[in-house]
Amino acid sequence: MELPVLPTDKTGEGNVIVTSLDTLFNWSRLSSLWQMSFGLACCAIEMMSTAAAHYDMMRFGVIPRPSPRQSDVIIISGTVTLKMASRVKMLYEQMADPKYVISMGNCSNCGGPYWEYGYHVLRGVDRVIPVDVYIPGCPPRPEALLEGLMKLQEKVRAQGKDIEFTE
Amino acid sequence: MEQLGIIERLQSAFGETLGVWHASNSESAYARRMGSFFQVSDPARLLELAFFLRDEPALAFDSLLLLSSVDHGDGSLSVVYHLESTVYRHQIVLKITRPMAQARVPSVTSVWSHANWQEREAWDMMGIRFEGHPDHRRILLEEDYPGHPLRKYFKEPDFYHGMKVPN
Repeated sequence: MELPVLPTDKTGEGNVIVTSLDTLFNWSRLSSLWQMSFGLACCAIEMMSTAAAHYDMMRFGVIPRPSPRQSDVIIISGTVTLKMASRVKMLYEQMADPKYVISMGNCSNCGGPYWEYGYHVLRGVDRVIPVDVYIPGCPPRPEALLEGLMKLQEKVRAQGKDIEFTE
Repeated sequence: MEQLGIIERLQSAFGETLGVWHASNSESAYARRMGSFFQVSDPARLLELAFFLRDEPALAFDSLLLLSSVDHGDGSLSVVYHLESTVYRHQIVLKITRPMAQARVPSVTSVWSHANWQEREAWDMMGIRFEGHPDHRRILLEEDYPGHPLRKYFKEPDFYHGMKVPN
């Protein structure tokens, strides 16, 4: 008995795609941004709920990884204290290239409510590591985090190419 | 036991020079109870006093509700002890004041073991040494943090581990 051969787009069988290597790499990277499972403060609670069933961050290819060696993106979710800042920097340095940073929430953007009198707070995680996307909010809603994630994906898509990335 | 009765009891055991009772004249009964305090004059007798308060059957102050510290802004620091007896439900507040240059008081960890972390916090934030403390480290900030941030004239460092601190 012969099985019918179905035309399918899912497997890509029988189809040929012509592309540049850069585009392919960028597409692969943006479709599987593995996130370091790392939370700092109350923003981390929002981040966890973004990863849970209702907002389902995994549909964007974001999988929490417990090791910096296996992760592509680190979401700085919360207040970066001076004590934590050197640890954050070390984690970032342990990640393999290409690596991306999302700064989630006002605290990690600029110090947030600790701007004036936070003797123990780093006023912005960009003082120790380079940030790709800043997400405002205190804490940002899951929709905002997803929006920031999609912005990062657009940025990765435009990487190394002569197209302009618009904020 | 009423608070004045407790003070009379203390003064009959230790003498009139033990300290001075400062009564609050607030309208609220709770504020009168927790706002009145006994100013202990000699820190060398604090430990003896603390053991007496805990072990005397009629007093039985078996719980240190709160150990806090005050910077008066005039060059003196205070440690405030809120004590409660879970047997008799009575409370008393002790206060001990030291000039900033000799900010040393005996540790009461041997009397109430839950003073341990609270004394470490008072050291961390206000810079008060507790003599005889079993583990006299900072509790929140890093060991090499310059200064004690809750002091009135504390100035945060410009740089900490190469990171710029003020905004």
